[in-house]
Amino acid sequence: MTASPLLILLDPQDNVLVCGAPVSVGDDLWIDGDRVTAQQSLPIGHKVARRDLAVGDQVLRYGAPIGTVTAPTARGQHVHLHNLTSNYLASHTRQARQAVASQKD
Amino acid sequence: MQGYLRPDGRKGIRNVILVAYLVECAHHVARMIVTRADDMDIQLVGFPGCYPNDYALKIMSMLGAHPNVGGVLLVSLGCEGFNREALAQAIEASGRPVETLVIQECGGTLSTIQQGLDLVRALKGIASQTPRAPMTMSDLVIGTICGGSDGTSGITANPAVGRAFDRLGAEGAACVFEETGELVGCERIMASRAVTPELGRALEACVEKAAAYYTIMGYGSFAPGNAEGGLTTQEEKSMGAYSKSGSAEICGIIKPGEQPPTGGLYLLDVVPDGEPRFGFPNISDNAEIVELISCGAHMTLFTTGRGSVVGSAISPVIKVCANPETYRKLAGDMDIDAGKVLEGRATLDDVAEEICSLVAAVAQGQRTVSETLGHQEFILTYKSFEPTGPACLPLRRAS
Repeated sequence: MTASPLLILLDPQDNVLVCGAPVSVGDDLWIDGDRVTAQQSLPIGHKVARRDLAVGDQVLRYGAPIGTVTAPTARGQHVHLHNLTSNYLASHTRQARQAVASQKD
Repeated sequence: MQGYLRPDGRKGIRNVILVAYLVECAHHVARMIVTRADDMDIQLVGFPGCYPNDYALKIMSMLGAHPNVGGVLLVSLGCEGFNREALAQAIEASGRPVETLVIQECGGTLSTIQQGLDLVRALKGIASQTPRAPMTMSDLVIGTICGGSDGTSGITANPAVGRAFDRLGAEGAACVFEETGELVGCERIMASRAVTPELGRALEACVEKAAAYYTIMGYGSFAPGNAEGGLTTQEEKSMGAYSKSGSAEICGIIKPGEQPPTGGLYLLDVVPDGEPRFGFPNISDNAEIVELISCGAHMTLFTTGRGSVVGSAISPVIKVCANPETYRKLAGDMDIDAGKVLEGRATLDDVAEEICSLVAAVAQGQRTVSETLGHQEFILTYKSFEPTGPACLPLRRAS
């Protein structure tokens, strides 16, 4: 890795890209040669969909599965706790109880 | 490189005097001795519980006999369950000077502190006579841990440490990675790197044990800050954490207090055996650093994305910062800026080279940032382990 792209593809099989720098609303996100306009601001280290993701899809990062998609996600959108869940152990936040409750809704 | 030559043949990169409290009731007295001694090489460790625990006795024995330790003062209240005689004997058997003060027999707080100050000065004088001997990379045990991980950790600092581990291991160092709860999801990939198929199965079993443990405890090895930093699932965090192990073959599995028998790459299994019991802790970075040190680690490579500031008693901690924004905020707490990889200012190999150079410098006495800042964190709590299985150390069996 020598360049400094806004979005990083870690493995050719991956269906998510990692922000290598903070993204602001309206930024041009280049995904596989196509320009997609960022719909939300994202901190460094967060993920966006490389292609449209459907419920039940496995998300691949480093070429390895990191969880299952829980909500339809369009290309370029944020992939995080609201649309991705572990195949192993539940993640928790400081609002852990609310997060669990909202997942059940 | 030159090291402090210990009677068991191991070589240390520091020559610290430990003041060890053997129950929480002796903590204040021990801390006052360390505070008033005001010497960065006189350091506080200890165990707070009153009930005895085999694991705690083993860890404290291995710490008192650690190659970085030149002498030990034990501070006991007097009525606690810790077997202070067995601990003193284990340290004495390692050829290190050891003294014991029992507060109930020393006239109480002020008198024990005064006697303790005299004793640590005497111990320091004895330790200063320790001979120096030539040391190579094959004399070193190097641990790694990640703390405060975020979405950048698995892209910059962790793979850079992995590449450094590949180089250090090839030069003969024993390299130890740990935290099997952060390998959930990587077990099959990891097992394929084992030196024997039996060890591969043992590696998978370690991770299964960790997953079961964390399911019962109710939380995985995943903190809210991990999510704020862009990590979504345990297995995503695991894949990033796993990259600290580099690409060398895995020589064996050790448990807390066990020494790697040869150079090369080892997994330290820190998850207790048997059913989780009341009093067991959930994970914390410093508890794992203490366990790495109990396995002989001379120093620990600590990667962080969100920005951990900790160091450790006994063995220096080298802080490798994964996130360039965190580095700009906390530069005064970091040894290495790995986040510059994301900004095109270095490659992973450049950062690995920087890590290897710093390892050599710290082994020769250069202080790390956390040492200079006075970070000497230490935590030891109840756990229980069964002996390591025969498949776990195939190289030792062959030799």
